Amino acid sequence: MEKVLIELEHISKSYDGMVILDDLELTIHENEFVTLLGPSGCGKTTTLRLIGGFETPDTGKIIFDGADITALPPNERRLNTVFQKYALFNHMSIAENIAFGLKISGKSRDYINDKIKYALKLVNLEGFERRSVDSLSGGQQQRIAIARAIVNEPKVLLLDEPLGALDLKMRQDMQYELIRLKNELGITFIYVTHDQEEALTMSDTIVVMNQGYIQQIGTPEDIYNEPVNAFVADFIGDSNIIDGIMVRDRLVRVLDTELECVDTGFGTSRPVDVVIRPEDLIITPPSEGFFQGTITSVIFKGVHYEIEVLADGYEWLIHTTEYHETGKQVGLRVIPFNIQIMNKPESSDERMVEIDA
Amino acid sequence: MKGWWRLMRKYGKQLLSGPYLVWMIGFILLPLLLVVYYAFTNSAGSFTTANIISIFHKVHMKALWLSIKIALQCTVICLLLSYPLAMILNKLSLSRQNFIVFLFVLPMWMNSMLRILAWQLLLSNNGIINAILDFLHLPNISILNTPTAVVFGMVYDFLPYMILPIYNSMARIRKDIVEAAQDLGAKNHTIFIKIILPLTLPGVMSGIIMVFVPALTSFVISNLLGGGKVLLIGNIIEADFMQFFNWNLGAGLSLVLMVFVIASMAVMNNYSGETEGTAVW
Repeated sequence: MEKVLIELEHISKSYDGMVILDDLELTIHENEFVTLLGPSGCGKTTTLRLIGGFETPDTGKIIFDGADITALPPNERRLNTVFQKYALFNHMSIAENIAFGLKISGKSRDYINDKIKYALKLVNLEGFERRSVDSLSGGQQQRIAIARAIVNEPKVLLLDEPLGALDLKMRQDMQYELIRLKNELGITFIYVTHDQEEALTMSDTIVVMNQGYIQQIGTPEDIYNEPVNAFVADFIGDSNIIDGIMVRDRLVRVLDTELECVDTGFGTSRPVDVVIRPEDLIITPPSEGFFQGTITSVIFKGVHYEIEVLADGYEWLIHTTEYHETGKQVGLRVIPFNIQIMNKPESSDERMVEIDA
Repeated sequence: MKGWWRLMRKYGKQLLSGPYLVWMIGFILLPLLLVVYYAFTNSAGSFTTANIISIFHKVHMKALWLSIKIALQCTVICLLLSYPLAMILNKLSLSRQNFIVFLFVLPMWMNSMLRILAWQLLLSNNGIINAILDFLHLPNISILNTPTAVVFGMVYDFLPYMILPIYNSMARIRKDIVEAAQDLGAKNHTIFIKIILPLTLPGVMSGIIMVFVPALTSFVISNLLGGGKVLLIGNIIEADFMQFFNWNLGAGLSLVLMVFVIASMAVMNNYSGETEGTAVW
């Protein structure tokens, strides 16, 4: 792992008595693409604004490159932000927008001109210097916002749902652009989104947040394959989350059927949440399945069919590339490795409980 | 019947604009043409440019110059009062903003003549203000019937027209624009000069026009608070029409004033247009 760049220590923040963040701890490394992922109101944007300096925490410290920057205003922090709605200066040309930060730091005219050229090339908008902001599309404006931020050579780029306002195709293109940019620049990206697909595509590390608490920190693979609780499993991708009883190590009872699994250490006869990803369920003839039921709906999704099967009183979601007819009697199987066991929250509040990472 | 419907469908929308057309012709275009007609004729009805030329008459020039001076003073004072107020307002919560803007606009609900008459009483030598000053053993003021009183009245009367456009343009600046400037390293004074000022300039310009033009052409305020001693171009035009019944001269001077106003507006519009397009680095 690379050197630690940013440390959030015991950060708490509340507005009007509403707790937004509670005792948040987060470490971000150099040259890391970190995504803060969660539903709206989970505190991800507040976390980003704290790092950017637009908010100050009620308690806790922000350490940047070894120095405490908690009280430092945004204009003295060595990082730059790409805002959700671009926040370009409409009364200036593209070149003037990009030059804004450089002029403030007193760079020479030649240096600035070179930087503008370089930045526009980097975001594939060469020759746009004299254009007005209004003449650009949303995607182009967002590229300019990125160019405006990176010319200042920040150690960290903060991105607040930068693709939220773009259409699907543009969003996908920009995802690859951002990955390329990050690799070329070799700086840390801290990215905020509620879009799990964006997070999985781009990140080195995903921080899943809910209601002011970090639920899980891990690589996209970790988060997807080994969600630590039902919230993460539900939020990342589609999931079948079923009540189960852990009979003993490597054996779980789901809907009165005992299944082999690979998880251990949950004790015996403990209620648990069982997560099975839709693509891990295999449709078989009825006699060969762990569960038997009827196909209730089949939707073509392009790459796969999304099939719902009502079996043993549960509506199962299955992704498969094979076509099956609605109304058909089928069985469902799953290999032990693809069964994910998670501790049940003791109350509904438990979903907020912080997971030590 | 069918044909009538077809006609209605085809010309219905144009028919709706009919009343406006009548209004514009009857109450804007026709009076304007009459002004031009009177301006270029003498009392006998024959063509002359004397009415126009007479703007260069010493009395008229003096009045025009005084009008410009007072209108400029009034505009500058309004601007100096409004801009900081708009900035303060912008920092408050929305409900407070609305309340304070409401307070400033409230006097506009009253007839302006009444308000000016009230100031006449307040400012008079044995008026309420001097009574209060007496009570506090402070020296009296006697500004009624001076240009100062006229400027004062104009500022009082026209201030909302300056506040509203500036406040509007300032409220339209999104918070993330300011944050972006901060993020790029700008300190408060840089943000003000490079971001806030250029983005509020259109509001400032329309505020200037909305205050300067009525201040330049007003005659009621100078009548009531100037006591006939402060002779503005508006007062002279009024006197030409109402006292000397010299419609031709009055129309001639009105036309000159109108051209002057249009020209100054064009200059300002041009200026604000330029600064909006390109930055003021």
